[in-house]
Amino acid sequence: MAELEAVIGLEIHVQLSTRTKMFCGCALSFGDEPNVHTCPVCLAHPGVLPVPNEEAIRYALKIAAALECEVAPSSIFHRKNYFYPDSPKAYQISQYDQPIAGPGRLGEIRIHRAHLEEDAAKTIHVGESGRIHGSGASLVDFNRCGTPLVEIVTEPDLRSAAEAGSWARLLRTTVSQLDVSNVNMEEGSLRIDANVSVRPAGSEALGTKTELKNMNSFRFLERGIEAELARQRELVEAGGTVVQETLHFHPEDGSLTALRSKEEAHDYRYFPEPDLVPLAPTEAMLQEARESLPELPEARTRRYESELGLSAENAAQLAADPDEAAYFEAVRDKAPAVEAQTIANWVTGELAAALRQADGGTAADSKVTPESLATLVAMVGEKKISHGSGKQVLATLVAEGGDPAAIVERDGLAQISDSGELESIVAAAVEANPEAAEQIRSGNQKAIGAIVGAVMKETKGRADGGEVNRLIKEKLGI
Amino acid sequence: MSDLLGMSVAEAATRIQAVELSREEYFDAWRDAAAGDELNAYLWRAEDRAVESDGPLEGIPIAVKDLFCTESVPTTAGSRILEGHRPLYTATAVRKLTGAGAEVLGKTNMDEFAMGSSNENSAYGPVLNPWDPGRVPGGSSGGSAAVVAGGLAPCAIGTDTGGSIRQPAALCGIVGLKPTYGAISRYGMIAFASSLDQCGPLTRDVTDAALLLSVMQGKDLCDSTSVGIEGGIEAPGREDLSGLRFAVPTELAQDAIEPGVRAVFEATLKRIEELGGEVAEVALPHAEHGISAYYVIAPAEASSNLARYDGVRYGMRAEADGDVVEMYESTRAAGFGDEVKRRIMLGTYALSSGYYDAYYGRAQKVRTKIAEDFAAAFGSFDFVVTPTSPSVAFGLGEKTDDPLAMYMNDFFTVPMSLAGIPAISIPAGLAEPAGGGPQLPVGFQIAAPAFGEQKLLDAAYALERAIGFDAKPGVRADG
Repeated sequence: MAELEAVIGLEIHVQLSTRTKMFCGCALSFGDEPNVHTCPVCLAHPGVLPVPNEEAIRYALKIAAALECEVAPSSIFHRKNYFYPDSPKAYQISQYDQPIAGPGRLGEIRIHRAHLEEDAAKTIHVGESGRIHGSGASLVDFNRCGTPLVEIVTEPDLRSAAEAGSWARLLRTTVSQLDVSNVNMEEGSLRIDANVSVRPAGSEALGTKTELKNMNSFRFLERGIEAELARQRELVEAGGTVVQETLHFHPEDGSLTALRSKEEAHDYRYFPEPDLVPLAPTEAMLQEARESLPELPEARTRRYESELGLSAENAAQLAADPDEAAYFEAVRDKAPAVEAQTIANWVTGELAAALRQADGGTAADSKVTPESLATLVAMVGEKKISHGSGKQVLATLVAEGGDPAAIVERDGLAQISDSGELESIVAAAVEANPEAAEQIRSGNQKAIGAIVGAVMKETKGRADGGEVNRLIKEKLGI
Repeated sequence: MSDLLGMSVAEAATRIQAVELSREEYFDAWRDAAAGDELNAYLWRAEDRAVESDGPLEGIPIAVKDLFCTESVPTTAGSRILEGHRPLYTATAVRKLTGAGAEVLGKTNMDEFAMGSSNENSAYGPVLNPWDPGRVPGGSSGGSAAVVAGGLAPCAIGTDTGGSIRQPAALCGIVGLKPTYGAISRYGMIAFASSLDQCGPLTRDVTDAALLLSVMQGKDLCDSTSVGIEGGIEAPGREDLSGLRFAVPTELAQDAIEPGVRAVFEATLKRIEELGGEVAEVALPHAEHGISAYYVIAPAEASSNLARYDGVRYGMRAEADGDVVEMYESTRAAGFGDEVKRRIMLGTYALSSGYYDAYYGRAQKVRTKIAEDFAAAFGSFDFVVTPTSPSVAFGLGEKTDDPLAMYMNDFFTVPMSLAGIPAISIPAGLAEPAGGGPQLPVGFQIAAPAFGEQKLLDAAYALERAIGFDAKPGVRADG
């Protein structure tokens, strides 16, 4: 049997951070008292009508532009009918076969479509199962009801849980830069469902998929997909067949359980929403959306690689976080003489490590200003201090802030530039390590480390490593 | 007293504005008249005047169909499921009327959720026709038509989805206007079939209908589908019909028309010609499928619009032993009447996966064809005219066991609703019912292109003057 390949598509709900709801004037909120942001419209009182939120449409157009989607000249809303206490109208106003945004892409992954819709209320079913059937009571909080959502659907282009996770992070970063959503998975302003199937590698046909829900962090998304892929592979390899179903992820133990078929056996009876007219964005609105886009992570990655010559890994790492990227670029501005890759190494390597050691925080929030890091990197580059001393200064900067030159002066970290002084330290070190000296002479280059270490210990790291190596070899006559 | 009640709305408004008539005296006279309701036409009556506003309707009491939300005032839509419901807000159309000085005199009885053509589908009992209490007033705005015809209100507003203003106006001998879809805001009008519902006036004469329309029409930010009538509406003033072309559809199943109705219709066509108008036949080949399309589209939308009545947030709740789903089921089973349930089931079926294309999709195509038929007719005609209803008012209970016979009442009114165009019914004469008995009013329907209300009202006004209909129902001999 051929190797089984994973086929994964994502459905992403992005809660828009507009001031008011999708079809009424109630304020959006998170964490307020239940049922304080309600009105006759979002409570579906008799006689009310929806009025679309123009800002939400603008936000959707920004997302469409960022995902390079084709925007429909005219799209319409549909009613998706279902009875459930989270839906006071007993239908959701959504878009069906004529969405606002058609095919697009983000990175290597194709976007199938993106559409506007409204969020449901929050429900809690009191009872053992936590489900509506058999519950003693159902409590509803309508604050969230009517919050604008953009649903983004990808093509099934993802091939592993890890790829799904990293692409989802790229999407989050991209959307977060548009100022249209908080994109916070824990708070539910970003919700990601996964459609997962397997097929023999090389096959074009799609296998039967299952839909995974309730993965409210990137880690859970990856774990859920991983678990489902393992289950499907085992099932198929044992000759079984996958049944199309919706699976609920349990964060407590990483397990997946099927929702009762009664709860998903829906015929939504979609039909065009007669209370709304078609959505036809003007050319000016489309242009505004395109022009409002900041440089997005993907474009920035390409620029870092092609213009600045960064490694692919560093480029992607820096570009993925707009704050980190801004910090990196600020350091570059202050240290124009230093190679961009060297600065990238310091930002993603030494600084990141020093921050981690000092209990986290981001570079931008730290006491290490871009100016001070630029000065420090330049001093190392000009061999005013050694690389090791540079790391010491950085640790001090993280802890206290301040001027690197002053710290070097205060802590006596200036590189030993008197070659006579360094020569005598090297000579002493060679004498003190006769075994290592002998090994080096007989061709074991690695043994030089012991002598270099001794020199560094003696100089407290103030010596230039390259110079020390050269002097040792000179002393040993090789 | 009878003088006060005999004035048209336009006349009373002019006299109140000129301080020749006190608004208190005028309101009190109508309040007392409304209190004498023996037709079961009112579901709620005002005891006092509300806050006063000035405007073209200063001091005019108005009866409002109970489908319009009125803040703090019971609004039932004729349904048990909304018994005791007091809305938190007032419908835009009503707000505009009261903003122009009108006062809500009462809320009128109606077929439940506007589904019916006889007013027998009200959860609060049928409305009686003021011309003959053994007969229906038509529906669904039967209460609004009955109060105007019966001298219980100077004017009223109703809603028309497939004929619910025009047909009761015809059966009660008054004027009923269904404006172009989008002319008046639907905000606060409890939805039956959203793509068809339209508010309009029921009045004694065409001038009053124009006056109410002029106040109610307009784009409303609360209704995305509202557009208003460009240029507004002025009092109609046309004297003749010269140069105007009136089309009589050839396909409108003339056989189904009662002989008496047909006689009045033909006499009216002659009157048009006497006034200088031209009358000719026109082909509306798809109009005969109007009823079939309508009874798919309207129930489909209704099945969705009425899904919100679940007992959770307002209105009636039937307690159930089980979970919330069982509560929904028992509430809806107890709260809705038979006709509403029938249409919810029809509509749910028509929208179901696998049936959508065959029913809803097909009905929408018929709708488009009908609109195209009218557009083609208006290429060479100014108006399309028909009898408003195939019969005069029929007896209570006569058609309640035969929904299809009941649906045929809308045969002449449904095509205009599907096309979204304006149509007015004016009383054109009296005719003996098919089964014999005292004479009853007959309505004449005139339809115009979308937003052609001014021309429509002008023509209707000229015709109304020529007809000079002045018969009054006999039941209330001003006692």
